[in-house]
Amino acid sequence: MSVPVQLKNQHLLWRAGFGPAVEQWNDLAKVSPSKLYEALEKASRKGPMPLKVADNVVEGLMNGIDGVRRTEMSKEEKQQMQKKSREEIRNLNLEWLDEMVNSEQQLREKLAFFWHGHFACRNLNSFYQQDLINIIRKNALGNFGTMLKEVSRSAAMLAFLNNQQNRKQKPNENFAREVMELFTMGRGNYTEKDIKEAARAFTGWQFKINGEFIFRPNLHDDGVKTVLNKTGNFDGDDVLDILLEQKQTATYITTKLYRFFVNDEVDKEKVKWLADRFYKSGYEISALLKDIFTSDWFYEQKNIGTRVKSPVDLLVGIRRAMPMQIENEETQLYLQKILGQILFYPPNVAGWPGGFNWIDSSSLMFRLRIPQLVAFKEAFNIRAKSDDDQDMGRMQAANKTGGRIIQTTIRWEPAMKELEKVPRENLLSSIAAIIWQTDSSKMNKVMLEKFTDASSRERYVQTAIIQLMCTPEYQMC
Amino acid sequence: MYFKRKEFIQLGSLATASVFMPQFLKAFESGKLVPPGNKVTVIIQLSGGNDGLNTVIPYRNDLYFSNRPKLGIQKSAALSLTDEAGLHPSLTAFKEFYDDGSLGIFNSVGYPNPDKSHFRSMDIWHTASDSKDYWNTGWVGRYLDAQCKGCDKPTQALEIDDVLSLALKGDQIKGLALEDPRRLYNTSQEKYFKEILAQHKNDVHEQPVDYLYKTMAETISSADYIFKQSKQRPSSETYPNSDLGKGLKTIASLIFSEINTKVYYISLGSFDTHINQEAQQKRLFTDLNDSVKAFVKDLKSNNRFNDVLLFTFSEFGRRVAQNASGGTDHGKANSMFFVGGGLKQKGIYNPLPDLTNLDDGDVKFQLDFKQVYATVLNKWLGADADLILKQQIKPLDFI
Repeated sequence: MSVPVQLKNQHLLWRAGFGPAVEQWNDLAKVSPSKLYEALEKASRKGPMPLKVADNVVEGLMNGIDGVRRTEMSKEEKQQMQKKSREEIRNLNLEWLDEMVNSEQQLREKLAFFWHGHFACRNLNSFYQQDLINIIRKNALGNFGTMLKEVSRSAAMLAFLNNQQNRKQKPNENFAREVMELFTMGRGNYTEKDIKEAARAFTGWQFKINGEFIFRPNLHDDGVKTVLNKTGNFDGDDVLDILLEQKQTATYITTKLYRFFVNDEVDKEKVKWLADRFYKSGYEISALLKDIFTSDWFYEQKNIGTRVKSPVDLLVGIRRAMPMQIENEETQLYLQKILGQILFYPPNVAGWPGGFNWIDSSSLMFRLRIPQLVAFKEAFNIRAKSDDDQDMGRMQAANKTGGRIIQTTIRWEPAMKELEKVPRENLLSSIAAIIWQTDSSKMNKVMLEKFTDASSRERYVQTAIIQLMCTPEYQMC
Repeated sequence: MYFKRKEFIQLGSLATASVFMPQFLKAFESGKLVPPGNKVTVIIQLSGGNDGLNTVIPYRNDLYFSNRPKLGIQKSAALSLTDEAGLHPSLTAFKEFYDDGSLGIFNSVGYPNPDKSHFRSMDIWHTASDSKDYWNTGWVGRYLDAQCKGCDKPTQALEIDDVLSLALKGDQIKGLALEDPRRLYNTSQEKYFKEILAQHKNDVHEQPVDYLYKTMAETISSADYIFKQSKQRPSSETYPNSDLGKGLKTIASLIFSEINTKVYYISLGSFDTHINQEAQQKRLFTDLNDSVKAFVKDLKSNNRFNDVLLFTFSEFGRRVAQNASGGTDHGKANSMFFVGGGLKQKGIYNPLPDLTNLDDGDVKFQLDFKQVYATVLNKWLGADADLILKQQIKPLDFI
């Protein structure tokens, strides 16, 4: 059975972006996927507007809350800084979410979202977090090696992986271990000895209070090291180069990308082909993406509608289909929290596990209700778990209020306009074909009609969109 | 993830409550107590890092007081257990449990290379991984994977909460989170969800989305089952009107019914007492004390105390030295309480923390928590602990 071009394009928009925007609905069947991909690539070419929520460099200076300046600040000052920093990370979250919804650079933001999970980092300093996410957004479609090096020199990552404590004669292996295990080669491709030696090479890699990288020669172990069978007087950059020389790094990264963008079940032959080319290109991410998104196999039925949307995919996708103003923006963080994915708060350095890990009975039932909560402003009293890393023991009270309402004003005009030429009797099928990535041909129209409001065309369209979103099908992309 | 058609149809049939009816009817008819021997575990998570040294207080140790000139609890205030140690003044019921032989205490429980981030350390306790590993499944979840292959009711592990913890997420099977049986039931009764589920059953595509339908079907049938069970022999005991009190009352009611649940999970917090620890810990301990007191009384009067093992844990303890804000910062090893009528050993199981031999200002771990899990899994729940914990661990003898 051949896949309709509209479905192919929607597939591309869900995987290489955050789903079709309502304004695109009418054009979904009008271009070929390769042309659409070209447009996506072009839109992302100009580079991102950096996110900026931490007030200024001085603010960053003052926000040195990660142990660096502790001794010089009074308790009150520290608490003020921490509070301010948490608020700024919240704003960073909301601003980036807005970019995902509104930016034309869908491909870039989607890739940045992938790398945000790959280079997972928890750091309560907003200035450092802002710096890291901007490094990631800038390099998301560029060269993997460049991004790896810049991320490895970021204050956020150096702090998170304890490299400030990695000193000559007193090495801390955390940074070296995670760089090898999670950022480049993956487990089982190096020895514990390799980690120990690599850790020595990273000694002296530090950051200043303002987040700037600094190499401190007096803390650096400049002896001879042997890493992955290479011997020399290595520093951190040398080790990263050695890791990039390993074909395994290309294979590891490509496999992870394939699972994220194509299918959880890896097709080894395809990954090998992709990884070979990725390696030969010197780790050019755009070239790899082009190989994936312009291939025929990407658009095969078995790859469509088979991924569980992550909470961020889900929330952003809803906003792209139903443009809305949200008065109490911070409820979006609350939704992320309940669903188990808060931007800038990955569970650990391994990132979010994804796939069916998102689904359990409570998360699924809540997901199914979200479109209704958003559209009908129904109150909900689901409580998120507290996170003491963020809340510092103070969440409980705020968490108790219950009966939350997401205050939204939805703009329905674009949807009405996009659907204006569709005859009434075809509306439900047309909307389902846009909203669902799974097969909607056998959909039970009679049953669904019962849950729509047929009093006017507007109400019918609105309720049909919402009900079709409140389904297991809509959880898939 | 694909399902064989036949398998899915079987699972799909769970959508109707009818498969459970014979058992309900039987239960309603008999109206008898559940026979003893049906062992369950109740886990209370003290979120935020409870201060173990002000929980089990080493009141004969000068180092304890010199590190805590302000926060240290004097012998006269503590509830005396032994010459060396007493309990926090708010834990009066735990003192009674100690006196009547239904309390066990482990000191200095932790794991190698401890992590001081709440989230990460909690992850380690939930997954039972080594601190260098990142696992996506929890230890109770893997218990479900091991025990419940082909179970028709996925209610063997319940968390009293709106959101399911990693601890209860297995690879194939996940526990179920509910704040209140009635509310879960009402949510699951939404007509729209029931209808889309019903129509999907007639139309199986063997696609990944079917996994979601399976989860949905199980949730709706479980909601129905749990709600009915919760009404069978509801507890008539008075509990504190706190979340923990209400939660334990729900758990008691379910234990008294014929439900198949083996593990209950509930949290109390936040114990992250960087500032003004005294008031906050007192408030939380009062809740813990009064809630568990009511729960134990309830279990005893229903003859189920011997079948229940309740234990507490926290993601880490706190520093030995107090800080400048009347609180304590993140530490390492910590104590655990065990409450039940079926303890083989009673009292304080191992030595108090050695305050002369600290790990960078923190209590060093003497007992790996995974050994406790292995004991609970192996000796209490009769499960294959090695398989579930993915390593061979010798169980302890306290149960």
